[in-house]
Amino acid sequence: MELLDKLNILADAAKYDAACTSSGLDRSGRPGTVGSTMMAGCCHSFSADGRCISLLKVLFTNYCVYDCQYCVNRRSNDLPRAAFTPRELCELTMGFYRRNYIEGLFLSSAVIQNPDYTTEQMIETLRLLREEYRFGGYIHAKAIPGANPLLTYRLGLLADRLSVNIELPSAQSLSLLAPDKKKWAILAPMGQIRDGISVSKQERRLCRHAPRFAPAGQSTQMIVGATGESDRHILSLTQGLYDKYQLKRVFYSAYMPVSTSPLLPAPQGFQPPLLREHRLYQADWLLRFYHFRAEEILDEGQPDLDLRMDPKCCWALRHLEFFPVEVNRADYEALLRVPGIGVRSARRILTARRVGPLTFEGLKRLGVVLKRAQYFLTCSGRPLRGLHVTEDGLLRHLLALEAPATLSQEPVQLSLFDSAG
Amino acid sequence: MPWTQVCCCYDGSFPGFLSCVFESYVHKEEPVEFRTPEDLSCSLYPQRTIQTHPAHAQRVYRSLEGKLGREGRELFVRGFLTCLPEKELWLWRFLRMGYDRGPSFTRNLTDPTVDTVRRAVQHLNSEAHQYKGFTRFSELHGILVGEIEPKNRVLPLLRPHFRGRYPGENLVLHDRTHHEALFSRPREWAILPVEDFHPGPPGEEELQYRKLWRSFYDTIAIEGRYNPKCRMTHMPKRYWAMMTEFQKDWDTALPELPDASSPQKGPLV
Ligand code: SF4
Repeated sequence: MELLDKLNILADAAKYDAACTSSGLDRSGRPGTVGSTMMAGCCHSFSADGRCISLLKVLFTNYCVYDCQYCVNRRSNDLPRAAFTPRELCELTMGFYRRNYIEGLFLSSAVIQNPDYTTEQMIETLRLLREEYRFGGYIHAKAIPGANPLLTYRLGLLADRLSVNIELPSAQSLSLLAPDKKKWAILAPMGQIRDGISVSKQERRLCRHAPRFAPAGQSTQMIVGATGESDRHILSLTQGLYDKYQLKRVFYSAYMPVSTSPLLPAPQGFQPPLLREHRLYQADWLLRFYHFRAEEILDEGQPDLDLRMDPKCCWALRHLEFFPVEVNRADYEALLRVPGIGVRSARRILTARRVGPLTFEGLKRLGVVLKRAQYFLTCSGRPLRGLHVTEDGLLRHLLALEAPATLSQEPVQLSLFDSAG
Repeated sequence: MPWTQVCCCYDGSFPGFLSCVFESYVHKEEPVEFRTPEDLSCSLYPQRTIQTHPAHAQRVYRSLEGKLGREGRELFVRGFLTCLPEKELWLWRFLRMGYDRGPSFTRNLTDPTVDTVRRAVQHLNSEAHQYKGFTRFSELHGILVGEIEPKNRVLPLLRPHFRGRYPGENLVLHDRTHHEALFSRPREWAILPVEDFHPGPPGEEELQYRKLWRSFYDTIAIEGRYNPKCRMTHMPKRYWAMMTEFQKDWDTALPELPDASSPQKGPLV
């Protein structure tokens, strides 16, 4: 088979994976090697669906012995199959990397023969790439659940980031739709990777030459909309994953109708829940950067995110007693709770107000977008002049701001697929 | 006594600009306009033609960190690379603020001068970051050759990045807007003015990789999520012309440019 055909098949098979980030690690190039990595990551292009292309995202092979219902590559699906040789994949990675098409390789695989054999093939590819081709760019590798822990360990010595997909948000869904996969088989390598990372960090503190294990951390992904879990369930799972497994990122991917299995939503007329996915990413940001806890965002009374409005706005509307926040006195945490004020704006406010008290004019000059924030702020005790709204009016104003995104049938702009990580 | 207002004519280089600063302080003259050889319009103010004087430039440069602080110096130096209209004048005011008030002035984010310089530098930085990703190289006779069309002069910012990324390569990166190019090989580099830029034709292997990349690019998009607006937000159209994935003609040396005016000549490299 031609390399071009293989690439088409194996990129097509990998495209449903949400993660394409190259962040979390600064490594400068060294003489005799090719490649470096950037802490912030780097997008090299954006595909027609608006998602960042940072890595050469392919499967090693799409031959699979498993039959997960939600997956295009399941055994029972009739589609063309292919497998790279380790060398082909190295040549391709280097060829793309030198031309600055990509930041590195994202290597995942279906399960060919068994998890151990699959992992060995991946290790061979990465070993060749690092040792023979002297590749110093970014590598994200997917650990295969069920593989021997020693093999997973070797994979982590070659890759910068490892991930194990949690696939579905609950054990019941998993046993229903992916009978070959068990929750513990997914969580075991996650725990192993977490421990490997922290041991490696400790050792490197003592000795500069200790081996690095997955230095850019670990991530995971789950499919939303294929099964019935609530957003509240998903967010507490996410919170748990961040707390217990110290993940760098949790990715969500709106289910695409790739199967006619009666266990899944019927493909006819199925709309992938893109807006819901977008809201989940926003909520996820609140967990990672805004010091929110999952139980603050959703509770029993409200198990799902409001699709009409971003989760921070929703929280603010339910906690009007917290507002208004005084720009010239509030601490960083309080500023971050204001709808429309992000990490950058909050930091700029802290810097600028050391020079003198801030006014609404001054906020604008700082680049703070007041569309939402104006309703929740005072400057030296005064609200924005001429701004009087009732609680009801407030809801309507905020909804109107979101209207373009929620009214149209088109998917909203998924601006969260950036490289931040 | 207020300083005399003058128009400074200089060669357009950074040392030239620093020499203007030096002369202005020595003669107690306030530049209210700057002219470079490119713009020929005349001025109502008395003209001062300032020769670039490396030693004077050095003295001003060495004073920057003390007067403006580290951050202020970086803003000042980078500010000169931006496409901010009348950047010299803004930078002159910026410098005066630093000389008058000391390094803490850069924290005054609501001051119009600080704000303007900051925004311009922010624009430069983010454009440079985007070009770290969106630049495309072609391999021509063993040399990596690329072309960009930036608004700001990003080459000095891209240099350490690409040299770090490709430590062993010979590479040329041409900035079409500012007619200059980065020439880099192990242990040496230079950014030089370039009049004509005509790389040679691509080989078989180069064409093959372009084809593979383009095919990957088309395959990786999920049809059910088609969202051209979002793509445009993240990757504005102005970058597309130089990117392999949008290239129509496979045989050109570099991705086809919209207004390739001058005829192709022999290979440059
Ligand atoms: S093991 Fe992976 S590739 Fe195979 S069917 Fe399941 S999800 Fe798909």
